[in-house]
Amino acid sequence: MIQPDIAEELGRRARRMRADIVRMTSMAGSGHPGSAFSAADIVSVLFFSEMNIDPDRPQWEDRDRFVLSKGHAAPVLYAALYERGFISYETMMSLRRIGSSLQGHPYGVMPGVDATTGSLGTGLSQAVGLALGARMRGSRSRIYAVTGDGECDEGQIWEAALSASHFKLGNLAVFVDHNRFQVDGPVDEVMGLRPLADKWRSFGWRVEEIDGHNYGDILGFLERSRQSAEQPSLAVANTTKGWGVSFMRGNKYHARVLTPDELELALAELQFPSEAS
Amino acid sequence: MQAQSPSKQPEAVEQRAVLGDALVRLGATHPNLVVLSPDVSRSTGAIKFKTAYPERFICTGISEQNTIGVAAGLAMQGWIPLVAAQSIFIAGKGWEPFRQTVAYPHLNVKIVGTHGGINVGPDGVSHQAIEDIAIMRVIPGVVVLAPTDGNQVFSVLRAAIDEPGPVFIRLERSAIPLITREADPIHIGGSNTLVEGNDAAVIAIGSMAVAGVEAANLLAHEGVNVRVISMVSIKPIDEAAIIRSARDTGALVVAEDHNCNAGLGGAVAEVVVRTVPVPIEQVAVRDIFAESGQADELREKYHLTSYDIGRAVRRVMERREQLGWASR
Repeated sequence: MIQPDIAEELGRRARRMRADIVRMTSMAGSGHPGSAFSAADIVSVLFFSEMNIDPDRPQWEDRDRFVLSKGHAAPVLYAALYERGFISYETMMSLRRIGSSLQGHPYGVMPGVDATTGSLGTGLSQAVGLALGARMRGSRSRIYAVTGDGECDEGQIWEAALSASHFKLGNLAVFVDHNRFQVDGPVDEVMGLRPLADKWRSFGWRVEEIDGHNYGDILGFLERSRQSAEQPSLAVANTTKGWGVSFMRGNKYHARVLTPDELELALAELQFPSEAS
Repeated sequence: MQAQSPSKQPEAVEQRAVLGDALVRLGATHPNLVVLSPDVSRSTGAIKFKTAYPERFICTGISEQNTIGVAAGLAMQGWIPLVAAQSIFIAGKGWEPFRQTVAYPHLNVKIVGTHGGINVGPDGVSHQAIEDIAIMRVIPGVVVLAPTDGNQVFSVLRAAIDEPGPVFIRLERSAIPLITREADPIHIGGSNTLVEGNDAAVIAIGSMAVAGVEAANLLAHEGVNVRVISMVSIKPIDEAAIIRSARDTGALVVAEDHNCNAGLGGAVAEVVVRTVPVPIEQVAVRDIFAESGQADELREKYHLTSYDIGRAVRRVMERREQLGWASR
């Protein structure tokens, strides 16, 4: 069990991030708020508890790295960067606008963004390279990644999976954000992945199935991952798309932003009324 | 080096046969150089680097897409990853991850595509990369280089490694007569003039530049003096050399072991049409898939010989006369 105050703090951060996500995507007029919501608790734990990062030194070479392999969930990364002090509120709200440093999908050249993603399947390979490269430098830096469940349709994911265990990357911990939906519908209907955890186990990973909205589960997985010397760790994180705002649950807001009325409702439910935080 | 009599053919060497030694030399001077091989280190010669620097050699298995992604991650950790693999597979299968995760963030990743062109020979169409130059040069910010022969492999690799950002280096499979010297200057955006002449200019790469020299020697007996340029830097291309050749000769031939679409021919034409529009003839694969066969048989059947270059020179000179072109 984790301390109640830690869970409360992480929950508060995640609620603020979800409020940021709906604000910035509605301002941008496009984006994937539902996909960002399902990963918000995982990203909250990574940015506010787990990762060794420093907003004053975004390019510090021994920092931990975060790869958002499901790049369409970019707003959850940008919200974390804002809440952690890497970018300003104005920058966050410039998402997807011409001239903005916040591209529709993560651009690894931007300080705080550790990998260029958006083409599904490409992030995990970069995480493998980051983990190998850190180890070859003798760095204790750890590498974290979040992939989608639909993203596991991609062949490159399994090439990367094979190589991570082959290279014995104990410094790599990955979450599959298993929200059970992809663009065209439920994962089970589009391209079945069952048994997902067993597939990863058979590829040589240390695998746990967790509740991706439970901070104790997420922290516990990360704690055990740090003990794994030679095996990459993977959490099949059971999540709910749109988790955090009751009417956003399900696939409706995969790639649809909230209307102004919906935005007010969502912010009220998140206990962050419309003023800038 | 021993002097050779003019009649004696220069020694022919495969570019990949010298790739491994070149990588070993560069590994000594560049401690950040890491070589990745998707299970082709024997075929590419990269195995020599593995022997010399096992801690900086990574076998990534038969997985071109993951190999490119891993290279991107290594580059972000400060390494200089170099992937050596058959061009059709690494440029083809690896193209999208390369475009997305290497070229877009301009990461310091080098790809050596071995086995370019139909001169790959008996392995057939599946292994003959006739599209690699086209698909790599269309990606913004990617440098594309092609050494003329084995003697230029080291200096082209060194130039690539010293150039920050993504570079694609195209090698050919079959042996190429050694006509350049390792000391020849190589730089990004540059070319090598192999033969001087003002009646026409052949702009070519790799084995076809060597064929261009043979064609120039034959044409010289007929009183036609042809300039031959090896366009070692396909992108950025040596615009000054192209413009100079167009002005001086008014008749260009572009020769490459690559499809006629969007390769060196396209790259040269893009410069010519907006600067000094003069007629161009192409010697290239004529938008068809070739087949298995010995490299020299394939060159003959698919019109990639010095004889084909000579005929193209005659054609383009005729076109120039029809246009009433006057030398400037």
